[in-house]
Amino acid sequence: MTLLTVKDLTKIFGGLIAVNDVSFDVAKDSVVGLIGPNGAGKTTVFNCITGNYRPEQGVIEFKGADITGMAPNRIVKMGVARTFQSIRLFPRMSALENVLAGRHCRLKSGFLACMLHTPAQRREEKAAIERCMDELEFVGLSHLYADMGGALAYGQQRLLEIARALASDPELLILDEPAGGMNDQETAGLVELISRIRERGVTILLIEHDMRLVMKVCQKLIALEHGALIAQGDAETVRNNPDVITAYLGVDDEKW
Amino acid sequence: MKRRVFSIVLAGVICVLPLFCNPYWTDVCVSVGLFALLSLSLNVMLGQAGIFNMGHAAFFAVGAYAAAILNTVCQWPIFLTMIPAGIAAGVFALAVARPIIHLRGDYLLVVTIGIVEIVRIALINDVFGLTGGANGIFNISRPSLFGVKIYKGWQFYYLVWGVTAVSMLLFYGLWRSRFGRALNCIKEDDIAAEGCGINVVGYKLAAFSLGAFWAGMAGAIYASKMVTIAPESFNFSESVLLFAAVILSGGSQLGVLCSVFLFFGLPEVLREFSDARMLIFGLAMMAMMIWRPQGLLPPLPRRYRVAAAAGDGKK
Ligand SMILES: Nc1ncnc2c1ncn2[C@@H]1O[C@H](COP(=O)(O)OP(=O)(O)OP(=O)(O)O)[C@@H](O)[C@H]1O
Ligand SMILES: [Mg+2]
Repeated sequence: MTLLTVKDLTKIFGGLIAVNDVSFDVAKDSVVGLIGPNGAGKTTVFNCITGNYRPEQGVIEFKGADITGMAPNRIVKMGVARTFQSIRLFPRMSALENVLAGRHCRLKSGFLACMLHTPAQRREEKAAIERCMDELEFVGLSHLYADMGGALAYGQQRLLEIARALASDPELLILDEPAGGMNDQETAGLVELISRIRERGVTILLIEHDMRLVMKVCQKLIALEHGALIAQGDAETVRNNPDVITAYLGVDDEKW
Repeated sequence: MKRRVFSIVLAGVICVLPLFCNPYWTDVCVSVGLFALLSLSLNVMLGQAGIFNMGHAAFFAVGAYAAAILNTVCQWPIFLTMIPAGIAAGVFALAVARPIIHLRGDYLLVVTIGIVEIVRIALINDVFGLTGGANGIFNISRPSLFGVKIYKGWQFYYLVWGVTAVSMLLFYGLWRSRFGRALNCIKEDDIAAEGCGINVVGYKLAAFSLGAFWAGMAGAIYASKMVTIAPESFNFSESVLLFAAVILSGGSQLGVLCSVFLFFGLPEVLREFSDARMLIFGLAMMAMMIWRPQGLLPPLPRRYRVAAAAGDGKK
């Protein structure tokens, strides 16, 4: 079953065609990697899916519903959560509150209930705190729940962003370079974390430059260059695709 | 801990203050109380959500005029006009904020300055034939509570500070909830807030209208205390002072109270030094900016009761 469909997506910045007529599907319960050299337009594709950018052309469907150009917060509520390439935590809020922010869209207490702390509001708040502590536990940060987001180490901040995204009960999790800035040990932990997220029934779409990680976790790959799709299919085939190899050559052949 | 002791002492002082004040000083304290109410309501949008509103006096004015008109034209008792005055201010705020709320801080600030001026000029020009033009509205009646007419300084003092205290409790509740957290997230990083599912525009509008609602209620109390209101009481400089007081407070309610005393109480104390007082005031502001750029008392982190079992977790 397809969870996400991207059809003929085009995004233009001024004169620059950042994404050019890109189409792909993400099947439910899969891990799909979006790869390509720097500036290929990967993050722009993500921003179109999450509603941060409105594409010039194309349709994005999630669970059969057209979500093109919908407000980002509504897309999150539909079940698409994301992390950012340049970490965007709330630096002066605690780790727990960062995760609670992700939980926000699933809470219902209205404004009066919040002001008066009605019993229902208290119950909901208590359950939300428990749930968010579980998410922190899940990514291995529960001991740091009271630390400020901005005070965490870089790798921990990436994990916290994942916990925040998971707290919104996503069906599709979009990770933009989750291993960026992580050391080898942290990256190994991330591989394991991604498979545990998969086991929870969350579908994952990720951008990653670290090909070892990509080959370990992704079943399917989509390769972009200069905004255009150059290959897609199962991971092994795309990796050995001559166009993909040329696109990457000279950029960073170390990682191959 | 230190803060708790300080708040209790401050609350105690506020409770007994009128016993030691002559009518003049009681009156000053009533004004300080009204400014406290206004600053606390501005704190919801400016301090919590980072919405740069430099036009808070506009909503204060809308509330005061709504109460005055309901009272003088429709003969409503002042206490009954408080909620409609708040609603009038809140709805007005919602209407003007809707098209501009997405603006970045500094742009929004300029537009809100415009709003105060528009309101003031509209009032002077007697736009609806109801506002009495430059002279304003006279003979607003005093409030009465359980048959007791409130007109003495100390009565107003306890009315204003009582309303302020209740407001602080309600705002505290808001701060300690998903609503307060959402506002803080928006202040920290609105793109991240939107990206993790918070309806940024919705919450900004809610904070804006809520703050305006409270300013409108403060306006109703003000109208009944002054008996006469005129456009000149709601000018730009008031808005700037409120803005500065909230920025300097650091964002906690205790901080807001302190900075309100500094901004609106201290100038009265320094009145004897007439010419020098603005100088002292200015120097104090500069000193603050150098040594306490985070503001007087930033809010302490919220505490959460977390299951002890969470323990160390995995490393
Ligand atoms: N908001 C924007 N305004 C203008 N140009 C943009 C904007 N965002 C991205 N671009 C341009 O679009 C192109 C694609 O950028 P994008 O960030 O999607 O690349 P990427 O594949 O994510 O690269 P990287 O691997 O470096 O993250 C780049 O040339 C970039 O400069
Ligand atoms: Mg990118």
